[in-house]
Amino acid sequence: MDNPITHSPDFFEDNSPESTKMLGRSLFDRALTALCVGLSFLALVPLASILYLVVKNGLPLLDWSVFTQLPPAAGMNGGGFGNAVIGTLTMVGLALLMAAPPAVLAAVYICEYDPKGKLSNAVRFAAKLLTGVPSIICGVFAFAAVVLATGKFSAFAGAVALAVLMLPTILLTSEQALLGVQRAYREASYGLGATRFQTISRVVLPDAAPAIMTGIMLAVARAAGETAPLVFTALFSQFWMSSLMEPTASLSVLIYNFSTMPFEHQVKMAWTASLVLVLLVTATNVTAQLVFSKRHA
Amino acid sequence: MSAPAAAKDALTAPVRTGPDYFLWLCGAASVGAIFVLGWIFFEIFQEAIPALKEFGAKFLTNATWQPNRDRFGVLPFLVGTAATSLIALLIALPPGLAIAIFLNEDFLPKPARQFIRFVVELLAAIPSVVYGLWGIFVVIPLIQQLGSWCAERFPNVPLLAGPAYGNSLLTASVVLALMILPTITAISRSSLVAVPRTLREGSYALGATRWEAIFGVILPTAAPGIVAATILALGRAMGETMAVAMLIGNSPRLSWSLFSPSGTLASLLANQFGEASGLQVSALMYAALVLVALTLAVNFAGEAVLRYTEKRTAGIR
Repeated sequence: MDNPITHSPDFFEDNSPESTKMLGRSLFDRALTALCVGLSFLALVPLASILYLVVKNGLPLLDWSVFTQLPPAAGMNGGGFGNAVIGTLTMVGLALLMAAPPAVLAAVYICEYDPKGKLSNAVRFAAKLLTGVPSIICGVFAFAAVVLATGKFSAFAGAVALAVLMLPTILLTSEQALLGVQRAYREASYGLGATRFQTISRVVLPDAAPAIMTGIMLAVARAAGETAPLVFTALFSQFWMSSLMEPTASLSVLIYNFSTMPFEHQVKMAWTASLVLVLLVTATNVTAQLVFSKRHA
Repeated sequence: MSAPAAAKDALTAPVRTGPDYFLWLCGAASVGAIFVLGWIFFEIFQEAIPALKEFGAKFLTNATWQPNRDRFGVLPFLVGTAATSLIALLIALPPGLAIAIFLNEDFLPKPARQFIRFVVELLAAIPSVVYGLWGIFVVIPLIQQLGSWCAERFPNVPLLAGPAYGNSLLTASVVLALMILPTITAISRSSLVAVPRTLREGSYALGATRWEAIFGVILPTAAPGIVAATILALGRAMGETMAVAMLIGNSPRLSWSLFSPSGTLASLLANQFGEASGLQVSALMYAALVLVALTLAVNFAGEAVLRYTEKRTAGIR
């Protein structure tokens, strides 16, 4: 869709008033394009800087021992963040167990059973509102509902906060996934005499499964990187996890705590943990995209 | 997992009638999803009751936050939340919109556009704490230099007055801007994509240059969607916590200067909940309630505009 005016060979020899106006318009066009390209590449600079620094500062301490050792005490050298990796995986896994089944079932309800009903509209509305709730509010909720009720900070409280965060994302992406299943499949299934449950469990869900998985994995990736819901629910711990009902370390809270310490080694460890966290989140994201693209290949 | 094979299974499966227990299960899950939203409000409201009784509406207009004396008012944090998110929006809007336009036009070959898109998606995937860590080591020194320079040049402008700190309102805003850029780009872009092709072709046919078409036809048609993107990005910025908590300096004092430490509602919660006790917990719950109300109102407005946009572009088609 390139403008033909700028390509005409005798354009620049023409000195009539119209052509000067044309030249002005064309220059204006070029200038705006340049501005637009410039602004777009401006966004690249901070990203490049973040990735460069995370790799540069994180790589020196990265080896197998950081996954097998406990965090160093303030001012001490050595150590790792094995307990934080386990804490993050445990809490995200637990949250997934709590959030994914109800979210997918609710999506089945609003998409298969009663797409235009009052309850379905209310669920969609509630899910939209929940996605807009800041992640720290999920933490506040878990603090009120679990920490205050049980009297202690725990991995369970952290998982509850993450589950609330994941629920609307999984619900809405699952609904989209179910909407993507062709109507003809459902009609064929009913036409062959299948009940609604048989149609959903054997035709609709299998066909939508890759897209639902993508939604779940995107929610997992987001939850793994979240700090705000964990900072005053799971808190932090210097030790290995031994129960779900005690304060638990996580990668993101470790980065938060160590980044503001006045010790060089702790700050380096925060960078290394950032590298691990970014790799974890990116790997989950990329896998999610691959799962989905396989279906559409 | 191919569907026809699954359908064949369905054929051979015995047809069973009777109550559909699966429907009940799915219905219960749906009610549960609504229940969760209500439960969040209920829990926070219930814990906030002592503070609601003690401070009432003065909580919003009182500018002192002194936990040791049980005196709580969130005005500085309200101002900080509004200021950081609005400044972030101001910074992020031009590049965010430029990228959206850029991705939707054929300035560059497709692989280059896909690369830019990948970059923006990557920006969205980076965890908030990593932005915070990066901000501490890159943005804070830059803003501190800028601040001292400004304080020397314009000592009488309250917005730029010293002493310049690195942990400041502006630092938090700059990093926030980066974090909301993907939101602005993604939503603006989908409203640009929704502009009917015929409108664009019509304006080219009338002799418009590319940017005349963009400014005269495409942007006006997509405008409500871009407004929605802006509002939703604002909602995101108001609730963003960790990066802000790590960069803003967390001061409960009101100040005019962009270079002085400040605080937001979200950073207040992140900082004080872990060690809070007594009335402070309740006051923090009240602050959380204010934050939820604000973000929900903003998001609600954004969704409403977005829905209006969808209807409008459907009408054009």
